[in-house]
Amino acid sequence: MVEKIAFVDVLKDKAVDDLLHDLSRFEYTYKAEITNVYPLTQTERLYQIQIKDPDERNRFIFRPGQFVMLELPGIGESPFSISSSPLRRGDIELCIRGVGNLTNFLARLERGAEVGISGPFGTSFPVETMQGQNIMLIAGGLGLVPLRAPILHVLEHRSRYGEVDIIYGAKQPSELLFTYQYEMWRKFDISLNIIVDKADESWQGPVGLITETLKERIVVRNAETLASNTFAIVCGPPVMFKYVCKMLTEAGLPMQKMFVSLERRMHCGRGKCCRCNIGSTYTCLEGPVFDYWTVMNLKEAI
Amino acid sequence: MIFKVFAKDELTRLFEVLSVNRVVGPVQKGLDRKNRPIYSFEVVDNFDDLRLDYPSTLYPAKRYFLPFEETLSSFTLESGSWEKHVDYNVYQPQVMFGMHACDINALNKLDKVLINSVHPTPYYASKRRNMFIIGIECMPQPHCFCRSMGADTVQHGFDMFLTDLGDRYFAEILSSTAYNYLLKIKTMEASETDHQEYRQVVREKSSKFTTHVDTTDLTKILDMEFQADVWKQWGDKCLSCGTCANVCPTCYCYGVQETVDMNLQAATKTKQLYSCNLIDFAEVAGGHNFRPEAHIRLKYRYYHKHRGFVEAFEESLCVGCGRCGESCLANINVPEVIASVRYEE
Repeated sequence: MVEKIAFVDVLKDKAVDDLLHDLSRFEYTYKAEITNVYPLTQTERLYQIQIKDPDERNRFIFRPGQFVMLELPGIGESPFSISSSPLRRGDIELCIRGVGNLTNFLARLERGAEVGISGPFGTSFPVETMQGQNIMLIAGGLGLVPLRAPILHVLEHRSRYGEVDIIYGAKQPSELLFTYQYEMWRKFDISLNIIVDKADESWQGPVGLITETLKERIVVRNAETLASNTFAIVCGPPVMFKYVCKMLTEAGLPMQKMFVSLERRMHCGRGKCCRCNIGSTYTCLEGPVFDYWTVMNLKEAI
Repeated sequence: MIFKVFAKDELTRLFEVLSVNRVVGPVQKGLDRKNRPIYSFEVVDNFDDLRLDYPSTLYPAKRYFLPFEETLSSFTLESGSWEKHVDYNVYQPQVMFGMHACDINALNKLDKVLINSVHPTPYYASKRRNMFIIGIECMPQPHCFCRSMGADTVQHGFDMFLTDLGDRYFAEILSSTAYNYLLKIKTMEASETDHQEYRQVVREKSSKFTTHVDTTDLTKILDMEFQADVWKQWGDKCLSCGTCANVCPTCYCYGVQETVDMNLQAATKTKQLYSCNLIDFAEVAGGHNFRPEAHIRLKYRYYHKHRGFVEAFEESLCVGCGRCGESCLANINVPEVIASVRYEE
């Protein structure tokens, strides 16, 4: 009789304690509760989701830019960038647009609903390396969502960073996210520059493409600091990356100091299902945060 | 490595000893439209059903390790709350009786992604580690190009490997489990004559390859020819049906679906193997498709197999079994695609 070997035996001893190498973690889901739902726009809601077990919640440590898999039993599981400050640990905020099967179902849930969370997964923005330097955060539309974690990190460690620019473009004023926090961001000495494609009656700010605002900010921050003393984080729709990254490169920003967060379809988040492959790079393992040099080497990335 | 030889009828004894477990091996399953036999890995109860001289099987043995459909977990739902139940779906050890080198190499490649990486998958690992594998030497078929992919011999990942020497088998013994099993049948130490005959068989095998793929600098060439028109030509032929992934021993990509039971008291999370050639493979919620065209999807299939995997693991994800080419309804096959990208037609 062939002996049945316990499945943990396949691991090297030291790997067993490592969550990333623990077989029993593969399908493990934290039980979590939607503690609050806050409508940000017509289609986007901010969900505050708290891991129920206090120990698990406290052990849930993530870095800005990472994502979680949110599971609704019987409905499905999808990846979402964490929008909250890492200091909040397992009491996370996810900004989600109702656009598909899972997200539309989610939009019907009320606070108190029990959902599943696994993760955190993926790479993050190197906020430690960025210390002492200027930061440009450039977001188009929903691209602000993965940028909110590094923004909050910067706010909470403001003394460690130089000049901080947020350049944010949206289709129209009604689609702007996190409007209730703009005042606070500005008070924390962050230059917030918003531009919309199409104004409405209430809009007093600039109208146009995000590249126009970016052009102005590049002049303000001048070529010298861009080349020597600046990091950039870019996130937005696929078409935006190309133009923004090109402008920043031409302005002298080194490409290894420019980071993007990419979106792809994912079914596992654990480097197995291949759905998020860019070429053959897993967005869930080697991304979603990539530096621009890596992106240039990935043929279909942007 | 330890080598033994044993008379052919001893293999029947070995089968009997092993058959207290579930035994899976190559059997003839029927005839195709040209009246050629179709071989398949099936559960075998009777040694005489085994066809150890099988040329190759239509499907790989993948489904015993990575089932086409598998339940990942189930939920019990109760008034707003739920419990998740996880089962790795392995209930008994299995014996794989007669796998070719290419298929064992395929498992070794799968091990790299599915076990020896971050987030190892317990569904595969549990099955893989509860498997007793007997390999068997084969003769190349016209569609085989395993030699080109370095997969015509196998170094590890099995328990015992047999080579037919006419009236006896030459056995490489890799695991102590295999050694102990062989104690239950009549074996002899391999003699110099056995070694000679074994080398003879290996030489014969080497001389019989008719299909070759030049993999020299392939990762660079694929990058250089990223925009080449040949991809569009192949893409025009490709039906985006996913058959190639279905019959591939190393394709592991999948999709996950969750369903709620009719009584609304339970739910199931199911994984189904997928194919990167299917149209919605990279489509995200909201409708944006990162790979909308057939030739782009086909190209990325080749990029994953022959470039990306090489970059990550210094070997290709293709073992050269040729099954995809044999099954393709549009007559697309790896040797021709790669030759065309290299402009060698």
